[in-house]
Amino acid sequence: MPYLAAKPGQGRSSKELRATILGWGVDLDPLDRPAVPRERMDLVSGAHWDFPDRQEEKQPRERSIEHKILPPVFGTSCPPKGFSGAVRKYAYRYSEGRAAHWLLLLAGDRIDAWESHLRSFVSMRPDNPVTETGVLSEFTSHGVSSRFGKKRADLSHQWIDPLIVAGPWMVTGGGLAIALRYLNRVRRRRR
Amino acid sequence: MRAMVYRGPYKVRVEEKDLPRIEHPNDAIVRVSLGAICGSDLHLYHGMMPDTRVGMTFGHEFVGVVHEIGPSVQHLKAGDKVMVPFNVYCGSCYFCSRGLYSNCHNVNPNATAVGGIYGYSHTCGGYDGGQAEFVRVPFADVGPSIIPEWMEEEDAVLLTDALATGYFGAQLGDISEGDTVVVFGAGPVGLFAAKSSWLMGAGRVIVIDHLEYRLEKARSFAHAETYNFVEYDDLVVHIKKITEYLGADVAIDAVGAEADGNFTQHVTSTKFKLQGGSPVALNWAIDSVRKGGTVSVMGAYGPMFSAVKFGDAVNKGLTLRMNQCPVKRQWPRLFEHIRNGYLKPSDIVTHRIPLEHIAEGYHIFSAKLDNCIKPLIVPGAS
Repeated sequence: MPYLAAKPGQGRSSKELRATILGWGVDLDPLDRPAVPRERMDLVSGAHWDFPDRQEEKQPRERSIEHKILPPVFGTSCPPKGFSGAVRKYAYRYSEGRAAHWLLLLAGDRIDAWESHLRSFVSMRPDNPVTETGVLSEFTSHGVSSRFGKKRADLSHQWIDPLIVAGPWMVTGGGLAIALRYLNRVRRRRR
Repeated sequence: MRAMVYRGPYKVRVEEKDLPRIEHPNDAIVRVSLGAICGSDLHLYHGMMPDTRVGMTFGHEFVGVVHEIGPSVQHLKAGDKVMVPFNVYCGSCYFCSRGLYSNCHNVNPNATAVGGIYGYSHTCGGYDGGQAEFVRVPFADVGPSIIPEWMEEEDAVLLTDALATGYFGAQLGDISEGDTVVVFGAGPVGLFAAKSSWLMGAGRVIVIDHLEYRLEKARSFAHAETYNFVEYDDLVVHIKKITEYLGADVAIDAVGAEADGNFTQHVTSTKFKLQGGSPVALNWAIDSVRKGGTVSVMGAYGPMFSAVKFGDAVNKGLTLRMNQCPVKRQWPRLFEHIRNGYLKPSDIVTHRIPLEHIAEGYHIFSAKLDNCIKPLIVPGAS
């Protein structure tokens, strides 16, 4: 009990643990732990430069305003494009300390998803929510028995996932259907 | 080449992409022989990480064969079998020169608060990842290591993140002989953190989760005492009770941004993205550790704010320790532990999924179907 000075005895003795758990205590000495101390200047990283060669910047690279210079090496996956790209570039006007930076980037992500879905419909490979969500694995990987009768906390919110995936498509589809019906009515009245 | 491609929240597919090119003199191109889906990939998959772009290839756990090297590469040659840490890092900046490889300042234009990570959004540098047939590996003389001949490929791929991170998390706990360690989360990192806690001399290791099959794995693989938090009205009180009301000496958060246990916290963060992550496990860690204890945070969180109970941490005089793991620093010691038989990382692998079926792999892992703990991705498999 913490009301007294002695530490409550909670587990097995070190002798017993060493005898039953292979490797028990081999890193007991902090000097054997590779992350101790946290900062060390004696590690050999393999770098043979003081400052790395600079990667060519083939198109303007967005960067945090908390960087003084463009770092010498960077990823080149998926440069910003379209309206989402404009939102993302705008987000980089704000520092990482500002909520606006992250909220704009999240908004850019959602816009990007919609732009890409729409773009896919005029491509040779339109998005397919059935194959891309992998939902058919529900039938091959025990979707029911993995959930039914289990004490799983995530079942309380898993029902939201299909709404997140399919909801915007259903709302858009419903909106289009209503718009088409309205246009049809207007056309009939004009006749 | 064939590569996994993100198509928006909850949607991925495999596409034909251009082969990656040498873009820097110290680049290598690696042909991936084995990859994995990490629990933190699910944060991207669920659309939680800002600046995750449609078209990006995920994957920061992979091993493979060097296919091509840039003109300044000295330590590798084509044909070498390599394991690649998830950190992209230069080895020479202020942070790398102090061993903080995961905090490299020379590889991520998009953010200064995080280093570079393969396939982990533009917030982590905009690098395509290894859930593909080929991947660009910057700083080939710094990050990758040749896989020792005695090491199995499945063990090697788990050293690129999950094992190294779990082992690092236990170290951040600053465990002393006889300490009681409570690990939140029985996923791959939590299992490895629990197992590593014994190596550091823990007297008692407790693992908390809500998935029975993972708790069973924590008992058999990590010799841990386990509790399913769903069964307790108040988990913190339960942990106090089983520790004679002292609390644990060390708590390790191996869950991160998608923690369950509180509907409101989970939904506001993972579904509506109003927080950087659900802080349920972190708050449990803060509240269940003893005064003056240590909380080690290995779970991944987004850069947005989260409702963390910081006042409790202050008032209890806790030490909060955290970082992305500097993977390569852990390798020499972990190689010894694997060779001595203290650790067998591939024991936690449950699924081996062909790259072409990666959408199913993500769904199985995300929905926790089929007793999934760790899915590996096999390019070229049918």
